[in-house]
Amino acid sequence: MIDLSTFLKEMISLPGLSGYESPVREPIARTWQPLVDELSVSKLGSLHGLRRANVKGDHHSVLIATHMDAIGLMVAGLDDGLLRVMSIGGLDLRILVGQMVTVHGKRELPGILQMIPDRLQDKSKAGSPPGITDLFIDTGLPINEVSDLVKLGDLVSFATPPQEMSGGALAGHSLDNRASVAALTLCLEEIRKFNLAWDVWAVATTQEEETLVGARTSAYEIKPDIAVVVDVTFAKGPGVTDYHTFAAGKGPTIGVGSNMHPALGKYFKTLADEMDLPYAMEYMPKSSGTDAMAIQVSEEGIPCAVLGIPLRYMHTPLEMVVLKDIQRTGRLLARFITQLETDTMEKIFGERKA
Amino acid sequence: MNPKIKTNLELPTIDSSQISLLERLSNAVSVSGDEREVRQIVIDSVKPYSDDITVDAMGNVLVTCKSKSDHPIRVMLDAHMDEVGFMIVEDEGDGIYSFEMLGGVDQRQLPGKAVLVGKDHLAGIIGAKPIHLADTDELHAAIPQKSLRVDLGPGNAGKVNPGDMGTFATRFVQAGPSLMGKALDDRLGVATLIELIKRHPNQIELLASFSVQEELGLRGAKIAAVALHPDLAIAIDSTPAIDLPRPDQKENSVYNCKLDEGPAIYVADAGTISDPRLIRFLAQTAEKYAIPFQYRQPGGGGTNAGVIHKVLGGIPVVSVSIPGRYAHTPVLLARLADWENTLKLIYAALNDLTPAILAPDRN
Repeated sequence: MIDLSTFLKEMISLPGLSGYESPVREPIARTWQPLVDELSVSKLGSLHGLRRANVKGDHHSVLIATHMDAIGLMVAGLDDGLLRVMSIGGLDLRILVGQMVTVHGKRELPGILQMIPDRLQDKSKAGSPPGITDLFIDTGLPINEVSDLVKLGDLVSFATPPQEMSGGALAGHSLDNRASVAALTLCLEEIRKFNLAWDVWAVATTQEEETLVGARTSAYEIKPDIAVVVDVTFAKGPGVTDYHTFAAGKGPTIGVGSNMHPALGKYFKTLADEMDLPYAMEYMPKSSGTDAMAIQVSEEGIPCAVLGIPLRYMHTPLEMVVLKDIQRTGRLLARFITQLETDTMEKIFGERKA
Repeated sequence: MNPKIKTNLELPTIDSSQISLLERLSNAVSVSGDEREVRQIVIDSVKPYSDDITVDAMGNVLVTCKSKSDHPIRVMLDAHMDEVGFMIVEDEGDGIYSFEMLGGVDQRQLPGKAVLVGKDHLAGIIGAKPIHLADTDELHAAIPQKSLRVDLGPGNAGKVNPGDMGTFATRFVQAGPSLMGKALDDRLGVATLIELIKRHPNQIELLASFSVQEELGLRGAKIAAVALHPDLAIAIDSTPAIDLPRPDQKENSVYNCKLDEGPAIYVADAGTISDPRLIRFLAQTAEKYAIPFQYRQPGGGGTNAGVIHKVLGGIPVVSVSIPGRYAHTPVLLARLADWENTLKLIYAALNDLTPAILAPDRN
């Protein structure tokens, strides 16, 4: 039995920045090993776990994609013993000031991320948020030691430790998208005792925060009939209450919009209703901002569904998720997989697709 | 008059026990106005070495270490126990609370920080809006403190009450020659003062004030000085080392003080002209014992010396600070060697101090 809190805390204590996912891929692989029939790693580092169908002859396949990469920083310069940085993934520079980080040099170094004080700045910049060139990391080490231990291109991850919050919530960095990796892991555990009519490909994708290239290439290699993308979505919180946002602790969202196949979305809605599982419909007219953008247009086109786990403070060093929402997402995925039948494609999409 | 020179005076060093005391002090939560946690650590630490310990009306801890000489000089040493933080001012429901800052914290240091709230240290977050939902013009302005909230998690409504205080949840770490932690302003001073009490020289009467509410306008030290009635006072604090490269590549001539150059002796700041006799004495002591020191660039800022020198009939004061980067942020950085040299300097000075110091004219 996988303990969600323990597993997720491990997941968010690891780096695994976009393009450098192996530190997080290895523990995911260890956890998935007993839950799948085959494990492999794609050319670009995505983890593929195959749970084979228990039927003979032709059968369909479904890809469940959760990206495992995280946002962070990279060392872009050494200046008088201080490190200059560039961002990996979409970072609001205003949330970086005053953070503790880990510099992955020859060894792991603690660092303080700070900005040039106003006293040394051009007067017009007083009180302004930092630009990327105003930011630096102080490792507290002498210059010669810094230049010996750190080189350009070394990665910098957030050092925020996992923090249990009230209301069954967990806070920390990289919950986008390790929360979804955890949901998929719970799903794999739940479907273990079931016979399956479809092949199930559990995929932890790479570089979602940069180019979606992991999902794009894994979809090409696997060629699934349909794909379900699980990612985090915006939870309601201070200053964010509009239609983009969903109450934390009230279940996953089911995406509706141009990246998602409408029939698949309806299908998930019906399943959730049957299960009496709380959920919300999430309307994303132009883009889901997820791996579905890449998977939808892979091969000759792959119908996608997108499930969202509400997350407060996305893309900050302290994101917050309610564990119950992860469990519900895992259960919804498991239900979806275990009720797939030989003729489900026709049932969902009609004769045209068959 | 020759001061009695103790040529073989053994100067104190910082070892792991002092570092672990500093770690406890740095991790403790003692926001201005509620200094209980640090006060308890102070009382427990100094009790065996003190002749008298009083907690006064505001919560200052006043410690007396008596002298063995007749008519000893009465020396007040001050370090403030409080740190910057915030007070919870409104419960908005669903685990969300609004807060007001206590002490000068740049609002740009706040978003995305872990905090500890209330006496049970409940885990909270000062959250930040996702970049995806921020407008472009929003990104070019600092996030206003007024828009920020403390979030304790959606199930936590009611566990914290308006009036409770909190601060950053940073944990102390040692990194090579450096110390990183919150509230090193002025827990470094508190740790130094505890150490000086443990080793107090017998020829002076040591009057220590571990003061409250420095960050709110030097409030505690003012009444402490009246109660202690010293002949002279030294404020031990932390002062910003702004010894960073300038973005315009010009020489940085406004560094205030520098890391690795030892204790920073104050000549003048926004609130105090230090007593020249005390400045000279500290500098001579440093030279005599080969302890590195620096003069803090005269300028703005201030310490508890600013209120101490104005009470009673006037008290000769000087401040000695441990240089630290990133004051009033979630993580400060100081050097172990600067701390140790500050301890050595004040210890040596106390050992050499006699009433004769105040005999000459101030100038």
